[in-house]
Parts: sequence; structure tokens; C-alpha cells
Amino acid sequence: MIDPVIASRLQFAVTTIVHIIFPVMSMGLAPFLIYFTWKDIRTDEPVYEQLRRFWTKIFAISFVVGTVTGIVLEFEFGTNFAAFSTTAGELFGGPLAVEGMMAFMLEATFLGVFVFGRDRVGDKLYFISSVAVGLGTWLSAVWILIANSWMQTPRGYELVTENGQPIVHLVDPMAAYLNPRFGYMYIHMQNAAVESVALFMAGVGAYYVFRHHVWGYPVENVNFWEATLKIGLVALLITAPLQVLHGDMYGRHVAETQPQKFATMEAVWETESYVPEYIVAVPTSVDGFTDPRAKELFGIGIPGGASWLASGGDPTAEIRGLNDFETEAPPVAIVFWAFRAMVGLGFWFILLAFWGGYRWYKGQLLEDGLLHKALMGSSLLGIIAVELGWIVTEVGRQPWVIQDVLRTSEGVSPGLTGTEATITLIGFVGVYATLLGLYSYVVWRIIRNGPPGSDQLRVNREEVPTSGPETSVPGVSDDD
Amino acid sequence: MISVESLAAESLFGLPLPELWFGLVFTMLATFLFLDGFDFGAGAIFALLETDEERETVLAAIGPFWDGNEVWLVVFGGALFAAFPSVYAGLFSRHYLLMFGILGALILRGLAPEMYEQRHDAGWQRWWGRAFVAGSVLAPFLLGAFAGNWLVGSERSLTLIGLVVGVTVTLLTVVSGAAFLQLKARERLPDAIVTYGMAATVGYVLAVVLTLGVLAVRLPGGFGTLLNPAIVALVVASLGLAAGHVVALRREQSLPALGAAAAMTYGLVAIVALLMYPTVDPAMGATVRGAIVSTLPLNLMTIGASLLLPLVTVYFVVLYSAFSGPISPEEAY
Repeated sequence: MIDPVIASRLQFAVTTIVHIIFPVMSMGLAPFLIYFTWKDIRTDEPVYEQLRRFWTKIFAISFVVGTVTGIVLEFEFGTNFAAFSTTAGELFGGPLAVEGMMAFMLEATFLGVFVFGRDRVGDKLYFISSVAVGLGTWLSAVWILIANSWMQTPRGYELVTENGQPIVHLVDPMAAYLNPRFGYMYIHMQNAAVESVALFMAGVGAYYVFRHHVWGYPVENVNFWEATLKIGLVALLITAPLQVLHGDMYGRHVAETQPQKFATMEAVWETESYVPEYIVAVPTSVDGFTDPRAKELFGIGIPGGASWLASGGDPTAEIRGLNDFETEAPPVAIVFWAFRAMVGLGFWFILLAFWGGYRWYKGQLLEDGLLHKALMGSSLLGIIAVELGWIVTEVGRQPWVIQDVLRTSEGVSPGLTGTEATITLIGFVGVYATLLGLYSYVVWRIIRNGPPGSDQLRVNREEVPTSGPETSVPGVSDDD
Repeated sequence: MISVESLAAESLFGLPLPELWFGLVFTMLATFLFLDGFDFGAGAIFALLETDEERETVLAAIGPFWDGNEVWLVVFGGALFAAFPSVYAGLFSRHYLLMFGILGALILRGLAPEMYEQRHDAGWQRWWGRAFVAGSVLAPFLLGAFAGNWLVGSERSLTLIGLVVGVTVTLLTVVSGAAFLQLKARERLPDAIVTYGMAATVGYVLAVVLTLGVLAVRLPGGFGTLLNPAIVALVVASLGLAAGHVVALRREQSLPALGAAAAMTYGLVAIVALLMYPTVDPAMGATVRGAIVSTLPLNLMTIGASLLLPLVTVYFVVLYSAFSGPISPEEAY
């Protein structure tokens, strides 16, 4: 049987890594759906109704899977991390409760109206529903990241020992909940969600545009796919450069407030100044992969780059090495490589955005097959970059679950047995793999079926005579 | 502005906040058991329906509602965590496998209708239909088992009291589900749902009697604990409501029937809460006043909840009025 501490940590990792995909999709789609709903109501142009209905289907399945996997995370604080929950409950429970009441309730109730209610409510209430759902998803992230940022950079608390157990007491709510880290995290995360969805839209649109314009196959609703590609590309042009800009500011904040995490991201073991930032790092031996030490890697680096990044402009600044911390270092290899992969992807997305933008400007957007292939290949990379970013954030703060207050190993439920933890870990690996497979299958089917045809649109309803009440047609989804 | 110092010093307006939060946590649990209860009950009745059209009707009836209803469980968990962190931690880790059973059932229930609608071949729909039924029946059963174990302070999850409370809660969801389906789709579902509703009500009454019997043996105070006038009144009222539910269902007065089911659900949860009070985690002997968080976060939570819960009520009113009345044949999941 696996040790309950290891099993609980692995299980939390598996359940969060899978869960985060769905909020990224729903938060990222939210602004697009509000826009599509608005345009659909105001212009009566068929393509906006198609956009709204098609992407609402993907939103709905993402939301449903996000709900059921999200409850798991909330419960896991109690089941697997009972000691953490007892210690930190006073600060940590509040944001979770408020998230439920303020955000989750808003999105889940109006989702019913938004997904099922187009024919039941007027334009105004329907538009309000789209805003309420979108706002709900973004507010949800506010409270979750308030809770998370407090664990990264805890403030406004007092640590006491009650009955032999460390207990965190809330002293200054403003300091605790309006944590500077929250701002960096929230902007970086929300922009990442929109960027991920932009990449996904551009990739899906590019596939049909490629089939039609490059290969010359007949494609139904080709203007819908062209619109999807263009909207995705516009959003990518806006979000991709921003992501790198505030990512840089975020990195500097980490260097100031979590120096051990920053040293891990850069694999700096000895305290030194004038540390280079390796853009390309190539290990010269197998050890270099599993135990990277920046000094021993062969790399192309910007001299003083890491020092410059950490200090905000001083290439000679000193970076405290991992050997100079009292606690053991986090798993350096995971953090070091995840950070590099994330940053690399971030720059790739900028390149992709400018490439697409340039082609569009030249009037060649629909003909450039190589661009289409690059977009198709990148359609899921935004989500991968989000995962990598969270791995840097969460693995990089180890061994602490609350930075400098409580170690992760001390947070695990005391009564948990290895058998119980192993059973659920195996269960989750199986269930979540299935869940991910089914989710991908549903999304793939939605994409393959395409948007509703023009004969099924509301905007055309007056013109097209309908033959009695529609019932389920085999093979055709009629979710809305 | 109220200062942090004054918020940390004493309860807001001198209110008995620990008791209010104890009540609020159970009210949230009851709201979940009623609202998502009729979804669960509809899922159980789904198993007894024969035609594709009837089954589609059940899915269409709960479609707009279930996700919002399920959030009450999230809010219950969040409130318990925020108000009684050590209870949340102790209770959830003690009943470790049971909690994951509940989560697994909820995953099945949430996912199954989405999958069911993806393909219209018989084999696919048969399996996802079964998954939907399994999730809908297991979720309330395991939640009931959880509540039963919580009440008697059991260290184990597999207990007689867990079994009987689980059955009680499951039957209660069918009571609600029958009334809800009659309200939403009387014309399009067989008359047999009245029979299912009545059978569930009779079963529920028997299960409550059985539960009380087990509790009389299992609770430290024995039979005497149950003779508390408030408990006796709640039990008697539940019997009256059960009778009223049956009558209303037969007369096709679906809304009163649903109201009776709601009152029965709140009544059952109130019985559990009253039997537990003044402890909030009988297994640890933790009292409401002992396990409550400090005054400052409690006051903040109270301010937050009193601002937000009225808004939540508005959301639900909007949702349920947008989809009021029977569903139409064009509406599908």
C-alpha cells in the first residue's frame, strides 16, 4: 500500500490537474459567449446564433464536468487534508463558502436559463443570463485564488497552538484576503483561460478552413468556421503578449515573496549574483534532466537575466541558492522544466498570433496551410501551458502547504490509512481517465457535428415552415 | 464603518451566532436534499419507465435545475468548513470511503444524462440510463448513511444506522421526485408515477419508524432522547405530511404534494439536528460552542451570508419561474 501522505498528494495532484481543464474552458469561453449572445440578439445575423449555440454546447459539458470534479476538490480538504483543514479552516474555509454562495450559485442557476431557456425567456433576461454565468465563473476564480494566494504568501494571521495542534487565527482580514499575490495570480490565470480558449477556437476553425480552402473539400457552414478562426486569432493577438508581460511581473513577485520557489524555477543551488537566464537549456548528461543545476547545464542564456528578472532590472542582483534555505528544496527538475516549457509556449503563442495576424493583413489567412497546421497543432497547448504554470506554482512551494507555516506532510489526515488512500487514488486515476476520455469524445462529436444548420436557426424560423413539433432526430443533438 | 477590533470582540448584534450557524448548515443540507432530492427521485423513477420518450421527458424535466440544486451541497460543505473547520475535517476524514462514494455517485449522475444524449443507439442509452439511475439512487443513500453515522458519532462508515437512514433518505427523494415529475410532465408520463410516489411515501414512513427504533437503541440517551416534545411534534407532523402528500398526488395537486415533500425533508433534517444538538460532532464530543471558529471570521461570514443568501434566493426564483409549468414536447435535455 502506498503511504497515505504520498497517496493523498498524488490524488490531489491528479484531481486538480484534471479539474482545471474544465474551469479554463468555461472561464475562457465566458467572454466569447457574452459577445456572441449580444451580437445574436442585436444583429440577427445567423452566424452569431450559430456561434452562440455551438460554443454554448461546449461550455455546458465543460461546466457539468467542472461541477462534479470541483466538488471532489472541496471534499478532499476534509477527507485527505484534515490536519490542514483544522489548522487553516478559520482563514481558508471562509473564501470557499463565499465562493459557493457568491459565484457558484450564480453560474449554476443562470446556466439553466442560458442553456435551456432561449425559447422561454425574453432577449433581455437571456442576455443577463449569459452575463451572470460568465461573471459567476470569473468570481469563482476570485475566491479560489484568494484562498490559494493566502497559502502562497500568508498574511494577516496569528499562529497559536491549541490542544497540541497549530491553529491559524484570522487577525487582519484585509491583509489576509487582499493579498498582493492574488492580483498577479488572477490576471495571469484569467488571461491564460481566454488565451487557451482562443487557441482552441483558432485551431478548430483552422481545421475546417484548411479542409475547405487548402484541400478543397466541401465543408458545411464554412463561414462559421472562418468566423471561429478569426475570432480566436483576434483574442490570441490580444492575450498572448499580455500573458508574457504580466507573467514577468508575477515572476518578480515570486522572487520577492517566495525566494525558494524562484531559486527552484531557475535551479540555482548556490547563492550568487549575476545569474543568467537560460532560454535554451540542454543537459549534458542524464542527471541534467532529473537533477538540473543551472550552472552545469549547457545553455544559451541571457547574462544576468535571472537576476534581472528577480530584481526588476538589476542584472547583478543576488539570488539566494537552494542550499541556503533551511527546508529541503522542492522537486527541482519538475519545476525547472515545467517553467521553461510554459515560458517557451508563451512565446510560441505570440509568434503564432503575429504570424496569423500578418497573413490576415496580407489577405492570405484562409490559404496558408502551414499556418493552419500550426494552429491545429497548438489548439490544446494553451491548456497544457496552464497545467505547467500550476505545476510550477504548486510543486514549487513544496515542502510547504502554507508557505513557512505548515508542511504538506503535516497537513494530511492523521487517521487516514494507506489502504484507504490507495483505493481512492487508484479509483480516481481510473475514473478521471475515463472522464477525460468521455469529455474529449463529447467535445469531438460537437465539433464534428458542427453548428446548427440554417434551417434550425431561430432567426430563420419565421421564413421556414416547420412540420409539427420536432422530436429527437437520430444522430442529431438537439440540446438546445 | 465597523472596525476589525469590534468585529473581533463580540458577536454581531450580540446574536447567538454559533447556534445560528449550526442551524444554517443543516438548513443548507436540507435544501440540498430537497432540491437535488427531486432530481435524484426522478432518476430513480427513470428506471421504472419504459419508453424512450418518457425517459427523455424525465431528463428534460430536471435538465435546467439539477446543476444549481447540486450547488447546495457545495455550499453546505463550504459553510461547515468555514463555521466548524475541525468538524469538517474530522467528519470527512473519518468517513473517508463513504465521502468518495458520494462523490462517485454524483459524478455518475451528472455525467450520465450528458452522455445519454450523445448517441441514440439502444445499447449506449441502456448503459448510460443505468449509470444515471445508479448515481441517482446511490447519492442520496450514501448521503443518508453519512448523516446517520454523523448523528450517532460512529467511527465506522458501514453501520446499521447508516443503512436505515440511507434507505429513508433515498425513499424521501422518490417522494419528492414523483411530485416534481407530476408537476412538470403530467401529460407525458404514465399515471403509474402516482403509484410510485405513494409506495415511496409508505416506505418512507416505515423507514422513519425503523430509524427511530435503531436510534432508540443506538443513542446514548436511549428511548428517552426521542421523547423530546419537539422531536415528537416533528415525527407526528411528518406522518401528517406523508398522508397529505399521498392525497395531493392522487388528486393531481402536484404543487402541494411537492410542498409536503419539502416539509418532510426539512422535518427529517431538523430531527437529526435536534437529536445532535448541543454537540456538532458526537464522535469527538465536540459542542457547537466548542467547535465554532473565532468571533472575527464568524462575524465576517455572517455578514457575507446575510448579503448573499437573499441573492441566491433571487437566482432560484428566476430559474424556477423561467421554467415554470409543464415542459413542452420540444424541450429536450
